[in-house]
Amino acid sequence: MAEFFQHIINGLGVGAIYALIALGYTMVFGILQLINFAHGDVYMLGAFAGFYVSHYFGLAKNPGLFSLLVALACSMAACGAIGYCIERFAYRRLRKQPRVNVLITAVGVSLFLEFGGQLLFGADPKFFPTLYESGEPLVFAGIQINRLQLLVFVVSMLLMFGLRYIIFYTKKGKAMRAVSFNHDLSALMGIPVDQIISLTFVLGSALAGAAGILVGLTYPKIDPLMGVMFGLKAFVAAVVGGIGNVTGALIGALLMGVAEALVVAYWSSTYRDALAFGILIVILLFKPTGLLGRAAAEKV
Amino acid sequence: MIKNFLWLFFGCGLFIVLSPIVPEMINPYFFTILIYAGINITLAVSLNLINGITGQFSMGHAGFMAVGGYVSAFLTTTYGGSLQLPFLSIEIQEFLFFSFSLFVGGLSSAFLGYLVGLPSLRLRGDYLAIVTLGFGEIIRVVILNIEAVGGARGLPGIPKWTNFGWVFTIAFVCILVFQRILQSPHGRALLAIREDEIAAEAMGVNTTRYKVTAFMLGAFFAGVAGGLFGHFLTYLNPQTFDFNRSFEIIIMVVLGGMGSTTGAVVAALFLTGLRELLRPLQEITRLDFRMVIYSLMLIFIMLTKPNGFFGSKEITDFGPFRRFKKNPLNLAGEK
Repeated sequence: MAEFFQHIINGLGVGAIYALIALGYTMVFGILQLINFAHGDVYMLGAFAGFYVSHYFGLAKNPGLFSLLVALACSMAACGAIGYCIERFAYRRLRKQPRVNVLITAVGVSLFLEFGGQLLFGADPKFFPTLYESGEPLVFAGIQINRLQLLVFVVSMLLMFGLRYIIFYTKKGKAMRAVSFNHDLSALMGIPVDQIISLTFVLGSALAGAAGILVGLTYPKIDPLMGVMFGLKAFVAAVVGGIGNVTGALIGALLMGVAEALVVAYWSSTYRDALAFGILIVILLFKPTGLLGRAAAEKV
Repeated sequence: MIKNFLWLFFGCGLFIVLSPIVPEMINPYFFTILIYAGINITLAVSLNLINGITGQFSMGHAGFMAVGGYVSAFLTTTYGGSLQLPFLSIEIQEFLFFSFSLFVGGLSSAFLGYLVGLPSLRLRGDYLAIVTLGFGEIIRVVILNIEAVGGARGLPGIPKWTNFGWVFTIAFVCILVFQRILQSPHGRALLAIREDEIAAEAMGVNTTRYKVTAFMLGAFFAGVAGGLFGHFLTYLNPQTFDFNRSFEIIIMVVLGGMGSTTGAVVAALFLTGLRELLRPLQEITRLDFRMVIYSLMLIFIMLTKPNGFFGSKEITDFGPFRRFKKNPLNLAGEK
């Protein structure tokens, strides 16, 4: 039984990181009805930003909470900027185009980041520096909790509550919710729609950047294609929770992480990647709105 | 009707006659490129039926190709050595058996297309894209785990039966079949779904059925193309059929103009050539620019000329070819 709970704990650790990325998908989808394929690659860039920042500032020499925070801040800023650029130069010009064109562009941006990353950083995996010494694991009733895992979990929860605060308790957040409800009406109410959409991309990408660092800490091997699978799984998590719904993304991601940990533990690790899509297909078949999503009637 | 069969016989006959001559005439390098170009034409034209004409954005074409390739290669490697029908020469036996295994490969691919299509084609654009993408990945993972076809080591020792005649006859048949469908009521139903699914449904088009049919047809030819690919390379590896492969086919369709068969053919030829032209650059710099260039191309096409080379026009809309045009309705959607 202790073993089972151990897998659950491990799953929750991964799930928290999925949640950070899933939030970006769900926010952009909520506001533009667009699946931002490039989001997974923004997360990859976050990991690389952390890698280069920690080498540049020598953060790996004195690991600790401070180094981690510096790396997080730099990576979030870098990813926010990248997210802004993607929206500004690729998606904004397509706002009046058919959705399939935007979708193709998103795929294009995603591949550009992946293979541009391969050119820039080299295709071989890099070793992410240790920014935080995990030390002795904590033990509760036979279940080991790695300090690093705990830290990752806490940091992602804090970031998510920060995001929740922005969305639900600030004026900008109110504007975001209004824009996701109806672009034209929000514009009539004096909301700068383009600016709010940019803000959404910046926030989502910054969270992805943070996720990049946290994954780098947990699985210290980073490469330019790491965002593909992880991003897709995070997307599936967002769909499971009900895409467009912030709380749903969190729940979906935690479920996803646990399901994955259990499949790896009790079945086969090669099926881990197929599992996400299996879940996606089942959810879309039986409850396409996800756990917390609400059904929207299609307007003719 | 008779005219179509004449076309079919004339075209296939031409390619079969050319088949032994072409490898003698050009050097092996260009011959290889030509074969790949032919396979790419089949793939691009079959994806065009799904993505361009029916307007369902599928991103798992490499998965269908993998299924067809593996099934036919499994048949020929397992049973190909023990062909013994006493009254037929070995060439004819090989020919029949190859046709049979390609057909079975295509059918199994179409069957999977049905399995995937039936549930997922109830979904709209973006979801479908993700599900098909995921499906392609699942196929790859499953093949990786099947020991009978070599798993991650790949499947070696496939007989090299693919030749010029096979590749181009199948590309030709694929184009002809899709053109005929387009000029029939079924084709118009597909176009109607692309233009406005709700309106099509209101006019009594069974949208799910038509979408699944288009999916299965596209998958069938992708499977056959996969079989040709395997029997040309004589070796199959699950890694060949990853997402990049699907993406390459997508960019052919987008570049040519979604919905234009001519465009798909031209773009398939163009991209196969471009890949070879980029090869020296890649050897000098030791970096793979190909995907970067493809992805930038995709973004720029969408930003500047979202209709690609041909829009939804066909070659029969231009100059001297206009007299071959049959039915003005295949121009639906042209503004």
